[in-house]
Amino acid sequence: MTAVTTDTVAPRTYQDHGRPLWRRALLTREAAIIGILVLVVVVALGTVRNFDSPLTVTYLLRDIAPILLIALPMTLIIITEEIDLSVASIVGLSSVMTGILTQAGLPFPAAAVVAILVGAMAGVVNGFLVTVVGLPSLAVTIGTLALFRGIAVGLLGTTAITDFPEEWTDLAKANIPGTPIPLIVVPFVVLALVFAILLHFTPFGRSLYAIGLNKEAAHFSGIDVGRTKFTLFVLSGAVSGFAGVYFTLLYSNARGDNAMGMELQIIAAVLLGGVSIFGGRGALHGVIAGVLLIGTLGSALRLAGVTSDIINVITGVLLIVSVVSASLLAWLHRSRSAAIGRRKGRRSAAGAAAPTR
Amino acid sequence: MFGFTRTRRAGVVAAIAVGATLVISGCTAGGGNAPGGDGGDGDGGDVSITMLPKNLGNPYFDTSSSGAEEAVEEFGGSFEEVGPSEASPTSQVQYIQTAAQQGASALIVSANDPEAICDALDEARSADVKVVTFDSDTNPECRDLFINQATSEGIAKVQVDLIAEQIGDAGQIAVLSASANATNQNAWIELMEAELAASHPDIELVEVVYGDDDDQTSFDKTAALLQTYPDLKGIVSPTTVGIAAAARYLSTSDFKGKVALTGLGTPNQMREYVEDGTVTAFALWNPADLGYLAAFAAQALVSGDITGAEGDSFEAGKLGSYEVGADGAVLLGDPYVFDAENIGDFDF
Repeated sequence: MTAVTTDTVAPRTYQDHGRPLWRRALLTREAAIIGILVLVVVVALGTVRNFDSPLTVTYLLRDIAPILLIALPMTLIIITEEIDLSVASIVGLSSVMTGILTQAGLPFPAAAVVAILVGAMAGVVNGFLVTVVGLPSLAVTIGTLALFRGIAVGLLGTTAITDFPEEWTDLAKANIPGTPIPLIVVPFVVLALVFAILLHFTPFGRSLYAIGLNKEAAHFSGIDVGRTKFTLFVLSGAVSGFAGVYFTLLYSNARGDNAMGMELQIIAAVLLGGVSIFGGRGALHGVIAGVLLIGTLGSALRLAGVTSDIINVITGVLLIVSVVSASLLAWLHRSRSAAIGRRKGRRSAAGAAAPTR
Repeated sequence: MFGFTRTRRAGVVAAIAVGATLVISGCTAGGGNAPGGDGGDGDGGDVSITMLPKNLGNPYFDTSSSGAEEAVEEFGGSFEEVGPSEASPTSQVQYIQTAAQQGASALIVSANDPEAICDALDEARSADVKVVTFDSDTNPECRDLFINQATSEGIAKVQVDLIAEQIGDAGQIAVLSASANATNQNAWIELMEAELAASHPDIELVEVVYGDDDDQTSFDKTAALLQTYPDLKGIVSPTTVGIAAAARYLSTSDFKGKVALTGLGTPNQMREYVEDGTVTAFALWNPADLGYLAAFAAQALVSGDITGAEGDSFEAGKLGSYEVGADGAVLLGDPYVFDAENIGDFDF
């Protein structure tokens, strides 16, 4: 059953009328984003003073690591035409849990594991409300965004816990020996590979596209839509929990308001990376490029002395332009193929009429 | 609807459109970079100072930044104010990192958290950036100097002096504080009680009430105080929320002009009550002077005149000479008294 779905869905998403693979790969939206990313890096290297320092790489990757991590499950969720707006609140909640448990005397690794489990439990709550109760994920996760943040702030108030074992905070800030690349990149690469294989090379991944394109069809072709989505929300919660632990260590700081508003940066990067908000299309390499693009642009502009408001404006314009141009071209393409269709129709009608004369 | 041609084309146009955005931002980047570049490369003695307040768009910090900028103009350096739009420690970290990358000679920062920005500051200092905190300190080992706005003794004394002067050094007074467990408020109140006992025997402190730094609660507590103590001659409120709420209550009551009110407030909150005669004078520090002093302190560190050790001294333009105290703290001086004469000069 699943195989049948795969055949009906995959050609639409992945294959393009028998063009060579390299051409298809080069002309995708993902390729465009990667191209822009390269362009931004080149322009920044040429014009922004100190952008070429190794510190830039370290700081940039460290700061966007939580976004990179959470963008992975977010991509899968948006491909199924759902959304998880509660991720940043889960980061805050997990951060507070890490802090409270460490302060209570639990060894740090144990506190971290519990904090990740708390994140996964938050994902269970989201998954339950979306798949069992059957509420729209937008409404559910707006609710849990406030709920989880409320719990986080309620537990710790406006105070912060800042005392964490130094070997762990140092680990969060450490680089891969001999490089300016932070260590957090290692778990990210592992996770990204797992998610990429899951999404692009397994029946589970194909079922996500199927659900995003048409959930009734997916259901009737034997995909357990509910269970699939439930799994994704739990994954998202667990990854957000892990990001929360990392965030806490990186800034030696457990606060209820940690990562406030980060969900919007994550979703913006995912959409910029070519994932359709209407589900059914997108690829992980595009998303990773999208996150890196937003991060690099921010880093270069800050270095050049541009204020945060202007950086937000530029990021916003970038996002709107990329989304609008996609829709605009879809519309142009549709109207053009419709015109071609009409012309073909006329010609064949004329051809059919000729012999009778 | 999800045809592939669409996607491909979308990609190409997205590339072009975004490329255009990039060119625009590239120009901005180039323009923004130029002054910094000149500052760093021009002559070796030039001082580039980056000011990082708790957040941007906050009138208090706008005032301190303009003070710092004035100082930088006087000693001839380059000045830049950066910061997040919301007062969170993690968003300050990015700006500390940026200052380190830019090779700023000094960073003047008001910390959103005493601990959370420490590592970033340490990294900046190892990149040879001098770090001066002002307004809100970090742990002493994370920075070179802290510019302290006022001591607890100074804050307590100025409030006692103001109320004593306003009620004629005799009669009942009450204190409207923030919350019952606010560490700094309680310390001030204790010092005020000691000062009253020592120098003002005819003033009786009848009660300390708590408005919890909530406008409505403070307003209600003021009303209750005035009912409970008909002979009350003055109220001291060592919190900006409390003094504004108390002034609001007094200004529309029969007690206006009869019961004196003073404490710690900001000019913008208190302006109308000073103008309508509810309040004669209140205190706080002058954030413009605070920024001015911080900039001179940063310059003294950069030029190597001082290292931040206790006993070091430096010149701070119009403010005169300052000495570094214990834990690398420099005291701005006595709190600043705002009254009808000078309140018009301030906007924060």
